[in-house]
Amino acid sequence: MAIEVRRVTHTYGVGTPNARTVLHGVDVVLTEHRVGIIGHNGSGKSTFVRLLDALLLPTEGTVVVGGFDTARQASAVRSRTGFLFTDPDRQIIMPTVREDVAFGLRRRGLGKDEVARRVDAQLARFGLAGFADAPAHLLSGGQQQVLALASVLITEPSLVVMDEPTTLLDLRNARMFAELIFALDQQVVLATHHLDALAGFDRVLCFDQGRIAADGAPAEVGAFYRELMSRPAGVGDL
Amino acid sequence: MRHVTLGMYQPGTSPFHRMPAGVKLVLLVACGVAIVVVRRWPWAVAAVAGLVVVAYLVAGLGLGFLVRQVRPVWVLLVFTAAMNLLARAWQQAWTVPVSLACLVALAALVTATTRTSDLVDVAVVVAGPARRFGVQPERVGLLLLLGLRCVPLVAGLVDGIREAQIARSGAFSLGAFAAPLVIAALREADVIGEALVARGIDD
Repeated sequence: MAIEVRRVTHTYGVGTPNARTVLHGVDVVLTEHRVGIIGHNGSGKSTFVRLLDALLLPTEGTVVVGGFDTARQASAVRSRTGFLFTDPDRQIIMPTVREDVAFGLRRRGLGKDEVARRVDAQLARFGLAGFADAPAHLLSGGQQQVLALASVLITEPSLVVMDEPTTLLDLRNARMFAELIFALDQQVVLATHHLDALAGFDRVLCFDQGRIAADGAPAEVGAFYRELMSRPAGVGDL
Repeated sequence: MRHVTLGMYQPGTSPFHRMPAGVKLVLLVACGVAIVVVRRWPWAVAAVAGLVVVAYLVAGLGLGFLVRQVRPVWVLLVFTAAMNLLARAWQQAWTVPVSLACLVALAALVTATTRTSDLVDVAVVVAGPARRFGVQPERVGLLLLLGLRCVPLVAGLVDGIREAQIARSGAFSLGAFAAPLVIAALREADVIGEALVARGIDD
């Protein structure tokens, strides 16, 4: 699915004294299966990935995902796109694991038996069958992130956008989750600080001060990012 | 930080678990009315209390679970008993609080044997006739769901702010407690709203 980001600028608090522009004329087309997004805190990568699911709209420019303009056809974009947040606890809505996986199917007009069948298959696929009736908010961080991914994928999106989904996980869980992401059939756009998670990705973009500072293969862009991070930073960069 | 869970759903296959959520809610209302009616007869209140105990055993929840459901309202029960003892007769000093405890226990029995999604479905069905007045039943269900979701969320925020206060000064200040709580609650509302939009619930 082609993601076309054309001359996009995004400003928070437009028209207020505290207006802050975090993306400046970003222009890129993404067609690869796995795309990584890296950059320091405040570089604009979280804003960029939110634009792809129409969670934010560009202040200037256009974002077209799979032929649908996020500003005018947000529902069509979201029905084809899944979004994974950094903190899965904020993404989980329902009290139990089974109910949360089923939540995305609520408005699909499916019968109860069909919903149950799909949910059972999804729980089995992600190793959550043993937790089906467990309180979702009491799972470990790693289990919650797997649940969030299972809940997103049950709606069968063509594209999955992820905003630092491994940031709150320990190293082992982060590695396991990265393997899970890499095995997905869907097109993936992954914003992360974990360069290891991007090994094998088709393309990586590095953001710096709201612009794409590097674009290429993981090794090459990773080296650029390391060099960027080795420069002295002020409080404004934190 | 304590964990506040919602829905207390206890998986099982008992007759209560298999009973449709709507039937359970109607029975709950009927039991509530019945308890109010029979509470003037001590023998009837004792019989209701006995039935509640049997219901918990049939549901496979056990007496320990029953006690845990009623324990949070013990202050209210003791207060009610004391007030009735002072103002009325000794019979009311136990029948009124026992009736209240039975109501709490029965409500907890419904939530313990019913998935939240089934309760939400009932709310959607009940709100169905209001569609002609422009009400969207699915939105009513979502509203109920979000209300339930926010209870543990706000409890978690309260704990977090209290811990921060203790860590920084140790002294309690209402202003220093309320302001961050309101700000954090508004921020959480944004986050949940974003999560709902991302999961396609805005359309």
